[in-house]
Amino acid sequence: MTLWVVQRATAAVLAVAVVVHLATILVAVRGGLSAAEIIGRLGGSEAWLAFYATFALAAGLHGAIGLRAIAAEWLGWRGRGFDLAWVAIGLATAAFGIRAAIGLYAA
Amino acid sequence: MIEVQVWRGDASGGGLARYAVPARANQTVLDVVTHIQREIEPDLAYRFACRVGMCGSCAMVVNGRARWTCRTHVSKVAQDGKLELRPLSNLPVIRDLATDMAPFFDRWARARGQFQPKDSADGAVPDEFAVVPPASAKRQAADAGIECIGCGVCHASCDIVAWNPDYLGPAALNRAWTLVNDVRDGARRERLDAVAGDAGCHACHSTQSCTERCPKGIDPSGAIAGLKRTLFWRVFGLDR
Repeated sequence: MTLWVVQRATAAVLAVAVVVHLATILVAVRGGLSAAEIIGRLGGSEAWLAFYATFALAAGLHGAIGLRAIAAEWLGWRGRGFDLAWVAIGLATAAFGIRAAIGLYAA
Repeated sequence: MIEVQVWRGDASGGGLARYAVPARANQTVLDVVTHIQREIEPDLAYRFACRVGMCGSCAMVVNGRARWTCRTHVSKVAQDGKLELRPLSNLPVIRDLATDMAPFFDRWARARGQFQPKDSADGAVPDEFAVVPPASAKRQAADAGIECIGCGVCHASCDIVAWNPDYLGPAALNRAWTLVNDVRDGARRERLDAVAGDAGCHACHSTQSCTERCPKGIDPSGAIAGLKRTLFWRVFGLDR
């Protein structure tokens, strides 16, 4: 039940975040893609940091919950042990993304 | 002649047997099975009662699709004059075309599919008749799912039932949804608890095979969505 609510809420966040992310890519690469340009846009901006941290958290949780359901149905991976593993995988995925967002903010 | 292949066997296994059945006008698939049993193979096991689409006992898999056989005309489903009949999927086979329906109805019990009168906690008949206006939204939501005959076609058609042995399934959840909308019922909270989670409505992917194949035109997928919606708002203390 809680997972389902989280899945729906993160889906709503992702729907907006992915569009913003893709639109930014489309607009940003028109002048050619360079690391300097990306850092110039994201570096030092709290708004972009917050956006990408939220995006990464939503993606990490959403992905892990979805994979949990697929693994339960197709591989029979059910139970507390697997659930804890999925929590760890979800948070680890989110942590990688958030670390990258912080890296760009601090760059 | 209709070329009919019928799955014959029991819980330990089996295979298809071939029969030739005379084609007749307005012949139903159940007529074909009955012909085989009466004229060709007296020990063929199958199940039926009413023959008019009320009792829900004659469902089988006809050419790969679960159907009520008493209301299915051979002319509508035969492919090149051929029929392949198997017992309902997702249920244990007793013998030939008869499946054990106990796991199906056990799920109704687990989903708290029994009416619990609000006015008498011990389940006795209340003293007064309840007045439920037919036009009220809750009554109409309950009416939408109440004509289920328990045939098991949705259960046999559901991928989640096949993948998740604990899943309550479309029929039990549809039943729970009719009771959640029954204003006379007093076990709403317990029922919502029973249908939540990985074995309940949240396991459903809304692929809607149940709705597509329900011979009564019921929408179990919509009922499951209703349960999800109700449970969602309950998190915020809202009763919708």
